[in-house]
Order: sequence, then C-alpha cells, then structure tokens
Amino acid sequence: MNISAIVAVSILVPFAGFLLNFLFGSKIPKSLVSIIGCGSILIALAMNIMLFVSALDGPATITYFNWIHAGSFSVDFSFLIDRLSVLMLLIITGVGFLIHLYSVGYMHDDDAYFRYFAYLNLFVFFMQMLVMGSNYLIAFIGWEGVGLCSYLLIGFWYKNTNYNNAAKKAFIMNRIGDLGFLIGIFWIFNQFGSINYKEVFAGAQGFIINNNYNDTVIIFITVLLFIGAIGKSAQIPLYTWLPDAMAGPTPVSALIHAATMVTAGIYVIVRSHVLYSLAPFTQDIIAIVGITTAFFAATIGLAQNDIKKVLAYSTVSQLGYMFVALGVGAYGSGMFHLMTHAFFKALLFLCAGSVIHAMGGEQDMRVMGGLRKKLPITFITMLTGTLAISGIPPFAGFFSKDEILAKAYEHNPILWVVGLITAVITAVYMFRMLFLTFYGNFRGDAHQESHLHESPSTMTIPLMVLAVLSLVGGFLGIPEVFGGKHILNDYFAPIFSDIATVPHTGTVLSHSMEFILMAVSVGLVLVAIYFASRMFIKKTAEGMDEEPKGFAKLLANKYYVDEIYDTLIVKPADWFSGFIYRFLELDFIDGMVNGIGRATNYSGKTIRKLQTGHIGFYLFAMTICIVILILINNFFIS
Amino acid sequence: MINAFLIAWPLFSVLLILAMGKDRAKWTALMAAIVQFCVTIYAWTQFVPTAGVQFGTDMEWIPQLGIHFNVGIDGISMLVVLLTNLLAPLIILSSVRKNYERPTLFYSLVLIMQAALVGVFTARDMFLYYIFWELALVPIYLIVLIYGAENRVKITFKFFIYTMFGSLLMLVGILYLYYLTPAPHNFDINTLSNLHPDAHAQGWIFWAFFIAFAIKMPVFPFHTWQPDTYTTAPAQGTMLLSGIMLKMGIYSVIRWILPIVPMGVQDWGKVALVLSLIGIVYGSWIAITQKDFKRLLAYSSFAHVGLISAAIFTLTLTGLQGSMIQMFSHGINIVGLFFIAQIIYDRTGTFQLPNLGGLMKKAPVLAACFLIILLGSVGLPLTDGFVGEFMMLSGTYQASPWIAAVAGLTIIFSAVYMFRLYQSSMLGELKPVPSTRDENFEDVKGSETIVLVIIAFLVVIIGIYPKPLLDTTEPAITAILKNIPNVDIWQ
Repeated sequence: MNISAIVAVSILVPFAGFLLNFLFGSKIPKSLVSIIGCGSILIALAMNIMLFVSALDGPATITYFNWIHAGSFSVDFSFLIDRLSVLMLLIITGVGFLIHLYSVGYMHDDDAYFRYFAYLNLFVFFMQMLVMGSNYLIAFIGWEGVGLCSYLLIGFWYKNTNYNNAAKKAFIMNRIGDLGFLIGIFWIFNQFGSINYKEVFAGAQGFIINNNYNDTVIIFITVLLFIGAIGKSAQIPLYTWLPDAMAGPTPVSALIHAATMVTAGIYVIVRSHVLYSLAPFTQDIIAIVGITTAFFAATIGLAQNDIKKVLAYSTVSQLGYMFVALGVGAYGSGMFHLMTHAFFKALLFLCAGSVIHAMGGEQDMRVMGGLRKKLPITFITMLTGTLAISGIPPFAGFFSKDEILAKAYEHNPILWVVGLITAVITAVYMFRMLFLTFYGNFRGDAHQESHLHESPSTMTIPLMVLAVLSLVGGFLGIPEVFGGKHILNDYFAPIFSDIATVPHTGTVLSHSMEFILMAVSVGLVLVAIYFASRMFIKKTAEGMDEEPKGFAKLLANKYYVDEIYDTLIVKPADWFSGFIYRFLELDFIDGMVNGIGRATNYSGKTIRKLQTGHIGFYLFAMTICIVILILINNFFIS
Repeated sequence: MINAFLIAWPLFSVLLILAMGKDRAKWTALMAAIVQFCVTIYAWTQFVPTAGVQFGTDMEWIPQLGIHFNVGIDGISMLVVLLTNLLAPLIILSSVRKNYERPTLFYSLVLIMQAALVGVFTARDMFLYYIFWELALVPIYLIVLIYGAENRVKITFKFFIYTMFGSLLMLVGILYLYYLTPAPHNFDINTLSNLHPDAHAQGWIFWAFFIAFAIKMPVFPFHTWQPDTYTTAPAQGTMLLSGIMLKMGIYSVIRWILPIVPMGVQDWGKVALVLSLIGIVYGSWIAITQKDFKRLLAYSSFAHVGLISAAIFTLTLTGLQGSMIQMFSHGINIVGLFFIAQIIYDRTGTFQLPNLGGLMKKAPVLAACFLIILLGSVGLPLTDGFVGEFMMLSGTYQASPWIAAVAGLTIIFSAVYMFRLYQSSMLGELKPVPSTRDENFEDVKGSETIVLVIIAFLVVIIGIYPKPLLDTTEPAITAILKNIPNVDIWQ
C-alpha cells in the first residue's frame, strides 16, 4: 500500500464507522455497533503505525484535491506526515482505541449506544484531520470539527438542560478562540502568501536570517493563534467550559477533554514553533498565561467534591504546564508532557469512570470511601495514575514535569517557583481524591454498598494498559543527569532543526543544580502526600458535610468566575439584545418607517381639505403662488 | 435559447396547471419545476465559465424606445439561476403535504415568480430587468396576502409599499442613465457600463440603486419589513422570499452597480459596507433572545446577508467569490431551516420556543437533519456555509483586519443563537404540546424526509467540494473587478 492510500484509509475508516453507526446503528445489534466503533479505530491505529515507520525515514506531503480557491488564494486537501503528526496520531488512535474498548463496558446499558459510538468515531476522524493537515485551514477543519463532537458528546444525555447548557457553553467559548485562529490564518496568508506549513515556515526563515525578532506582524499572528489555543486548551480566561464539560460520559472526558482534543492548542503552537520562536514577546505571554492557569486551576482542584471536577481542574492545570514549556521555547518538553499526560490523565478519568460505574452513577466523593477492597484493579491503576501526575519517580509524570520545571528555571526562576508550588498542590488534591475514594470507611448508603463491584474486563484491560504506559512512558525522556538517553529529543530533532540557530535566552542548568531542583520538588511532593494522608484518610461522613468557610468557600465556588462572567457578559448581552429589539428596532427604526407612512397619510388627508370646490379660492391661491414664484425668480435666481 | 426556455417554461406550465385542474395542481407544478431543474443542470454542464454570456436571446421588443428582450447567462447568472431552479422544486415538494386552498392559484403564482426570477437573473437590458423585477414582486405579494397568517393585510401592505418605494428610486436611476446614452437611446448593459457618468452623478445613481437593492436584501436600516413578512408569510412564501428573492438584491449589486457606477462604489461603497457590518452585529444581537422560531431565523438571515453584502463592497476577488457561493449556500440553508420551522408548527401549532423542547426523542431524523443544516448555517468547516464565510471574511480582512474582526463576530453570534434555537426546540424534556393537532409528535416522513435529506446532503457536498460552483463564477467576477479602476481602495 502506498502512503497516500494509507493516509486515506486512516482518515476515512473512522468516518465510515461514524456513518454506519449513525445511519444504521439503531437497527443492528449492539455487538455489531461495538465492532464497527472499535474496529474502525483499530484499523486507523494499524495505518498510523505504518505511517510512523514511514515518517522515521522523512516527512511526506500527500495532496488529494483542491478545496477552495480564488485567484492566487488556494487551499488543497492535503496532509503532512512527519514525526510530529504521527506521534499525535499514535496517541489519538492508541489511547482512543483503549477508550473505545472501555466504552463498550461503560456505555453498555445506554439506549443511544450507537449514537455514542458514532460521535466518538467522528471525533477521531476530525482529530486526525487536525493533526494531519498540511496547512492551517485543514487543521482548522479538524479544529472546529472536534469542537462539534465535543458539543455532541457533552450534551449526549440531551434531556438534561444543565448538560445541554454545558455543551453550548463549550462550543461558544471555543468559537471565541476560533475567531482568533481564523483571523490569524488570514494574517498568515497576507504575510507569507500561503497557508501551507511548508511555505509559511520557509518564509519565516527569512526573519531568522535577518535576526528580525518580535516583528509586529509575527506577534499579531502568534497571539491570534494562541487565542485559538486558549479556547481549545481551556486556559485563562476561556477555561470555564472544561469543568462543565464533565457532563458528558466519562470515557468522553478521558478521550476528548483530557488526552486529545484539549491538547490541540499545544499541537498547533508546536507545529508553528518557527513563528513562536520569532516572537519572544508572545512566548512570554504564553508562559505567563500557562503558569497562572496551572496555579489557579490547581487551587480550585483542592476544594472540589465531584471526582470528575477534580480531574477536570487538574487537566486545566496540566495544560498550563505544557504552555509554560512552549512559552520558554521547550517545545519538545511540551510534547513530552502532552504524551505522558495523555496516558495518565486518560487513565485517571477511566478509573474515575470505573468508580462511578460501581457507585451507580454517583460522582460525589463525600459518599465514597474504602473502595480499594471492592475495586482492587481500579485502585491499583488509579494509584499508578496519581503517582504519575504527582511526579513521583519513576512514573511518567515525573520525567516530563521535571523537564518542564528545569526548562522554566533556566528561563526565569519565578516560573519554577510557581510551577513547584503548583506541583505540590497537585499532589495534595490528587491524593485527597485517592484517599477520599479508596481509603477510610464507605460513606454511602446500604444500597450503593451492596452494588459495589469491580468493572468488567473490557473496562479493566484498558486501565491496566494505560497504567503500564503511565509507568514506563517517562523512560522516553530520561534526563542526562541520570545518564540516560533522551529518546524523544532525538526523535524530534529533525522537527526542531529549523530553529536551531535561534539564540537561546537564559542560563543552562548545571547537572548538580538540576539534581537539586529535582530533589527539592520530589521532597516537597512527598511531604504534601504525607499531610494529605493525615487529613483525608480518616474522614467520616459527618466531617464531610461541613460548610466551607473563608478561602475554602472561595475555592469551592471556583473563585465565582462563572458568576462573574454571567453578571458581566451573559446577562448584559441578553439585556442589550432585548433593549435594542424593543427600543431601537421596534420603536425607533420601524417607528420611523411607519411614521413616514402615517405622515403621508396624514398630509394627504389634510391637503384634501384644500380641495373645497370654490373657484374663487382656487383663483386666489393661484395668484398668491404666481406672485411668490415671481419673487423667488427675481430675488434668488438672478 | 435555453435561457429563453427557462423563462417561458414556468409560464407555460401555468397553463398546464390550469388545464390539469386543482386536484392535480401541485403534482403538475412539481413536474414542471423538475423539468426546469433538469434543463438548468443540462445548461450548467454545457456552460463554459470563461466564455462570457451564453445561451442568450436578443430580440427587439419596443424599437421606438430601444428596448430589447435581451437575456443571457454568464457565470454570475448561472449560479443564481441554478439556485432558483434547484430551490423551486424543493419548495414545491415541501408543500405537498399541506393542502393550500385554491391550489391552482397558489402554484401558478409560484411558477410565475420563478419565471420572473430567472428573468431578473438573466436580463441584459435594464428595462427588461426592471419589468421582471416588478413582476417578481406581485406573486409573492399575493401569496403572503392570500395565504398568510394574521395581520397579513397590514404587513403585506407595508412590504409592498416599502419595496415599491425602492423600485421607484431605481426607476429614476434607470431613466437617468437611459437619457445619458447616445441617441437613439437604449438600455443595454454594455452601453450602460460604458457610460462613465461623472463622479457626482455616479454617487446619486449609486444611492438610487443601492437603496432599492438594500431594501430587498435587506441591509440595515432598511430591514424592518422583513421579520414581519417572514413571520406572516406561509412557509413556502418565506422560503421563496429568503431563499431566492433576497438574492435579487445581492445579485443586482454585483450585476448593475459595480460595472455601471464604479466611481460611485469607490466613494460610497464604504458607507454601504459599514451599514452591512452594523447589520451583522445588530441582527445577530437581536436574534439571540428572540422567542419566535421564524423571527429568530429572520434576524439570523438578516445578519448573514449583512456579511454577504459587506464582502461585496470589499471589492476583492476572494470576498466577491465568497459572496457568490454564500448566496447559494444561504439559499439552501435558510429554506431548510424555515421548512423545519413549518414542520414543527404543523405538529405542535406553535412557533414559540418556550413552548417547544425535547423533540429529538420523538423525531430523531428531523433532529439529525436540523443539526446538519444548522451547522451549515453557523459555518462549520466541511459544510456549505464555511466555504463562503471563510472567503468573505478573508475578503474583509484584505480590506482591513478590523473589519474582519467585526464581521467575524458572526461566527460567535451565530453559534449563540443557533445552538440556543436547537436546544430549545430539540433538546431537553418533551414539553406538553399546546395544540391538540398532533398528540404524538411524528418524525418527518415522505416528502418532508426527501426535502430535508436532499438539503442536508447538499450542505455537506458543497462544503467538501465547492470547486464546481467556484469555477462557475470566478471568470465573470474577475471580469467585473477588472473594470473597476483602482480597486485597491483600502490600501
């Protein structure tokens, strides 16, 4: 099979899966729906492995047909297979396949089982398009398409109005970012005469050669693309949709709202790394937004009682780390964390799903507790995920997170300090979650307790695979301090070779210093875990119902950001809509139109009264008018 | 000759309808429209985009006044004729479940209107064009007046007077141009395009024409007849108005204003563009809290048309090409959306969103088609709406990034009001139906399914492969832009 056929199969098979299940899913047995849904992703995964092998030899661009053109503007349906896109593809279809498999068990009793798999396949289709596109517009197809799937899956249980509102909010917030992205694309075309990655980045080389950094145009372009990334990857100020997105089924949260879609913003910036390297100003903005979001979201995570909400804020926070990496120019480290995060966060969500499954749909950790005996596999795997995200060696998160922290320290020690504090907070809220769920005594009712059970094997097998990945994934990037080989850096070297000549700001850490930083962070995290265990293991049902006070209340209410947005933006916008409709539209503009009509009517009625029928009056009026005309003629015209 | 046939055939079909009697009126009309559509498709396959005006007929009509029956199809006309003759059978098909009183009259009016529209879109003699323009107004006026909802007399009167006012302004402009032509005078488009009146006169002519077209589209602030008329008109009337008739205004700007008064466009196009921009934001903003299904669609259409009009006045190839394809897409999408409004009304007896909800459970096929068409309307990539929206915004960007930023708000707004519309009608819990007409909300069936599936299919196909449509219009648009001196008014 040639590469063009492989790409076509990889993209189209998930789409075919979507069509089959969407159109005929209600008429065929569930087992067939599952086979179509999972099978199509498995085929795509097989194709992507072939693409991976081929990309190791060098990049390839495959063009199918011309999509949009006008004069010199032309966009093709064209795909780029290189080391960056294939890594993303492997994550999407690899993790994606596991999550599809898991869903077979998790969604088994749902009436709209077929619709669920149809949407999930559609998501994979769009996500692949996003990362495979060879120009910004094909990427934008995927970019908006995954937003649609996110909308459909958040609002999957469409009878619930809150879920529908969450879905709508996600789509609209994403669209705000999308507008930035779109204008960024226009600007790119205007500057480089093309929106193909190849030509744009070749054009950008000119800036590097001329040592032209922080050019206004490049700053605008990079900031606009970053606005798109803020929406998609849930950063401040457009992050509030992601916690609400937890309304969707849990495997969806794992796939879309943790492992893949929300990392699209990272991908696009890494893809455009040449442009970002030309704009240190934008990079600083990204680092600041990233670190602020990481810290801010982590603090909210401390006070959430919904197990999925904790993980959602944790996702926002971890995405913040990735942006910090991009902001300090460590694109490879950002990708490294993207990958390990995909493993351990998908794992954590799926574990949470397993817990929720056992609890009969309950998500409130206050009524859980002591589950580790009833759900041993879920417990072990979730512990793995928690250790990974907390950055305990040798789990995957340790390597990727500490790499980001080290790079941040080289750039600016303040970033490192805030990043470290965030890491400590992360460990606290994650272990709080683990302890509240699996330790202590069960705090739910007797019915729930009798129902507790370990999940079926279609669910536990993906957990185990992801747990292994969360354990070994970090070995792809062993730091030099440990004398290991950084496989991922070597892998990405060809991708980032085009910015090799960009001067590196900041200091280079000595090995001893790097070792000290690492020791400090691991030490502090261990202390944090110890305190978390003291605080949360022995929680009783009574202790749970305390109303949070002071700062804790602020955290539990997520700093009231939703309320602030509602008061400052949503309500005034609605009010203004009604206002312009009633006053400007109906009273003023339409009133004027009708007024002209009425005035005509009225003047007609009035003037009619002059038609009295008296010849004398007519002669009199005629004479007066003639006199006036003569006067006008004499005085004004001549 | 094909062009003349496309005007004559619907008129001839009126005789067929009269001959066949009222029981068979709708099927006769449908067959006639399908024949018309097939001939149009044939013409399109024969059409050579780079070859200028084709399939033409030019005969003397009133030689004393230099008036010709001169019609012909270039790329711009081809697209709108295709749209008209594609939508006409769909609109007729959408009406077959609904038994209009006096069907012979109703379907005759639809077909007369179709003939007049093809005339408007292909006339190359401005007097002839004006006749068709007026002729198109009468059937729709009668359709709304006879078959409309309550208040129809008052609302149609306003609609009629408003559009007549615009037409008269245009007539003044036409006569002015006519007397500028070298004696013996004529109305030929080529003569008129080569008149080059002085800049001052061009300004006046620009406004005389633009206000007439702006009322038809409509452009802010000439739009207040539109929501009332769309809400009052019967479903098929609204579809004709929004799907095809408003394209008369857009088409005419490109066909007549740009070539005849280029200097007027340079002087005043910016004002028109700003009015259009205001319309985008203003219409969208009103749409987000509308409670009436049809009125919400009316304001959304008004906002979308604002973008089409704004893109024209950027005078960029990308912007104009975007306008052309968006005319096509908008026609398809809005007809689908108004049809859905009617389907829901037929079953529930209400257009009020607070009384609706949860219909997806009962009507999954309707919900799926609605979603696809709605995605076209919000311009999701791989739907028809995206191609046009992207190109138009790209055109506005070339004019100025700030214009693009304002115009681009449409992609946020449209998501707000469209998804609200979808949620409040399709999602949530099923509401008790206020009317007793249909206790158990039925999914679409028969002709309804056919129409919606065709529209949904077109939404996706055009989104994936718009090239044939873009190729049809590009040479003609390029030719028009070439004749505008100093196009880079924004640089």
